[in-house]
Amino acid sequence: MLETEVLVIGGGPAGLKAALSAARQGAEVTLVERDPFLGGQLVKQTHMFFGSKEQYASERGVNIAKILSKEVEENDKIRVLKDTTALGYYEDRRVAIEMEGKFETVNHKALIAATGAQENTLVFPNCDLPGIYGAGAVQTLMNVHGVVPGNKVAMVGAGNIGVIVSYQLLQAGIDVVAIIEAMPKIGAYLVHASKVRRMGVPIYTSHTVVEARGKDCLESIVISQIDDKWQPVEGTGRKLDVDVLCVSVGLTPLTELLFQAGCKMAFIGELGGHVALRDINMETTVPNIFVAGDVSGIEEASAAMVEGQVAGLTAAKNLGYGLDDYEEKVAAAHKELDGLRRGPVGGKIRAGLDKLYKEGEVAV
Amino acid sequence: MRIEKHPILVFEKGPKVRFYFDGKEMEGYAGEPVAAALHAAGVRVLSHSQIHNRPRGFWCAIGNCSSCNMRINGVPNVRSCVEPLKEGMIVETQKGKGDLNA
Repeated sequence: MLETEVLVIGGGPAGLKAALSAARQGAEVTLVERDPFLGGQLVKQTHMFFGSKEQYASERGVNIAKILSKEVEENDKIRVLKDTTALGYYEDRRVAIEMEGKFETVNHKALIAATGAQENTLVFPNCDLPGIYGAGAVQTLMNVHGVVPGNKVAMVGAGNIGVIVSYQLLQAGIDVVAIIEAMPKIGAYLVHASKVRRMGVPIYTSHTVVEARGKDCLESIVISQIDDKWQPVEGTGRKLDVDVLCVSVGLTPLTELLFQAGCKMAFIGELGGHVALRDINMETTVPNIFVAGDVSGIEEASAAMVEGQVAGLTAAKNLGYGLDDYEEKVAAAHKELDGLRRGPVGGKIRAGLDKLYKEGEVAV
Repeated sequence: MRIEKHPILVFEKGPKVRFYFDGKEMEGYAGEPVAAALHAAGVRVLSHSQIHNRPRGFWCAIGNCSSCNMRINGVPNVRSCVEPLKEGMIVETQKGKGDLNA
């Protein structure tokens, strides 16, 4: 059995920041990461981030991963367990892990779940053909491993991920035939959408995939316009010859451990599905179990990092560390979060959090 | 298909290794996921659905979804999208649920 004060599960942007924040306040931290490397999904993000200097604005995600990983590896209060998967949460508050092929348990005083999310699927005839992939999956294959799964790509979803991955496919020399979006307008930041439009990729709004065709692998798709009741409009169907279809229709939080730990959960569509009820400092209904990043509600990496900070600071404070500057530091982090969630693009997350706090009867 | 030139990224590769896919000799780079090596070699069908035997490829590429499970060095249900490639690996398309005793 391993012992630690703060156990952080997940070495993505939220988990790395959580580990650093808790360790810098004086807590002893163990960070568990399933992959053999740290950084989570930052490692495939070649686009530059927005936000402020504190949030690594103008830095590419892949570089933010390097910066944070180095800080974590060099911090002697943090024990990093890579190639280690959290398997379950036991009633005696122990977490079961598989560490380089061996079973272990970890006893901890506080837990920060930063387990991230998984990509949603889309259902249509033949949606299981090889050649139809999560957009993030293609991004991993392409930007981490330097391999592309085909030559002609269609993208479903004109949100940030769909549009950014389309641009990165073009950068890798791949033909992007179309971006298909069911909503009547583009969800991505305009700066990203304009880039792909300038490079000649049409974005079809109010359109959906009617079916995929192919024998062993994808050979073509049929798309169609949809009306305001989401029904295909007759006579608008057209066939696109593509060997890859990327699906970018949102993410679902990976909450299994939180269900097991007995955290009160609620289904909140704006946050991506089931999430743990929590207070504004990321503590769930089980004392000293915290959430940060996409598992607490789908947002983007900048917010995930700040949520990680809030969770790390508060976990350390609960164990008696960093009491003198906690209030000041956590207030600064909340100010950053408010900034990131301001304006029309933050509307969805603000609505989701309103519901979450109402459901949990949390004072805001 | 491998990306030869990229405006931002440099892909660091391990040494070239040989492996076997359903008995056929192939080449890849040590340490890259088995599924990446297969896709570079043009193989996109990684598994089959258990009831209807429909072809399946990867879906998530980060070890979440099990769509890419293969039999690797005799062990069934290995996630080929995150399993690092090694010299001489025997990669096979899995039939059914996989049998640990086979």
